[in-house]
Amino acid sequence: MWFFLRRRRSCQVAKDRLKILLITDRVNCSPEMVELIKRDITKVISKYVKIDKENMEVQITAKKGTVRGGKAPVLYANVPILDLQKQERRFL
Amino acid sequence: MENNVIVVTSGKGGVGKTTTTANIGTGLAKLGKKVCLIDTDIGLRNLDVVMGLENRIIYHLVDVIEGNCRMKQALIRDKRHPGLYLMPSAQTRDKTAVSPGQMVKVIEHIKDQFDYVILDCPAGIEQGFQNAIAGAQRAIVVTTPEVSAIRDADRIIGLLEMNGFSKMDLIINRLRPEMVRRGDMMSSEDVVDILGIPLLGVIPDDESVVVATNQGDPLVGGSTLAGTAYANVVGRIEGQDIPFLNFEKSISFFSRVTGIFHKQ
Repeated sequence: MWFFLRRRRSCQVAKDRLKILLITDRVNCSPEMVELIKRDITKVISKYVKIDKENMEVQITAKKGTVRGGKAPVLYANVPILDLQKQERRFL
Repeated sequence: MENNVIVVTSGKGGVGKTTTTANIGTGLAKLGKKVCLIDTDIGLRNLDVVMGLENRIIYHLVDVIEGNCRMKQALIRDKRHPGLYLMPSAQTRDKTAVSPGQMVKVIEHIKDQFDYVILDCPAGIEQGFQNAIAGAQRAIVVTTPEVSAIRDADRIIGLLEMNGFSKMDLIINRLRPEMVRRGDMMSSEDVVDILGIPLLGVIPDDESVVVATNQGDPLVGGSTLAGTAYANVVGRIEGQDIPFLNFEKSISFFSRVTGIFHKQ
């Protein structure tokens, strides 16, 4: 059974690290900076609508495009808005 | 001839730019081509030692640029391979002694006399790099299957794109098939997938490369695995369609057996 519990292959670790590293290098934006962007987006949108902060995602990913390697960096933000009507109904 | 000025670059130091330049140059000369190798690493010249021509330097690149000698006087002819010439770099100067414009002039002056002009680029992305790429039309990016080298290669490819290079090819150096097999080194497919430029060759990590450098005689075309891999690279530069080596065969039975018991 121990056979299945062995550590993750270092080659996979390297690939995963490189994927994030190269995208952040290309846009000159570190994961920590993305965290700051996320905080600001939350602030701005919260001025207008109530959002589900727990489930919101902000990340820089690679989108298939015309760039080398077929991937262009994009800032992806998924901000779920709380459905107030549904919440109210729950209280009724 | 189109695309006959090639710069060999990598960003990171120590990945094998100079060794690759020496082997490609020697290999092309062995095919009967007229080749000029230019060491553009001013202040840290190395191509001359790898080629075994260090005792024959009288004039160098900076002498040519400053008009201290004629182009022909600085070109060292390799007596072992007819058609192979080396323009050494200066050892006692620094990269500010040359500008990209001057490099372009030098290359314009000699490129018609050769089938290939191959430039050995210094590490880094500063002026030395700018000088080396200024006169080239085509680039060979050398990397090793390591995170740091790949990151630098990606940066270099970005800079080459910015400078209008459309023809860039990748050489993956020092691949260790046994480590790839047990999942502890990125495979050539992984690296190509990440960097997104065409693969020109994969050179296995081979002790014979060190021996060849010790002796100052590039191993291209010899009986070693690395020598064959370099010969294949040369063939592909010449437009031949050569399949990539299968290193699986080179993994010994012994290491296959010990590999099973390799500590995870």
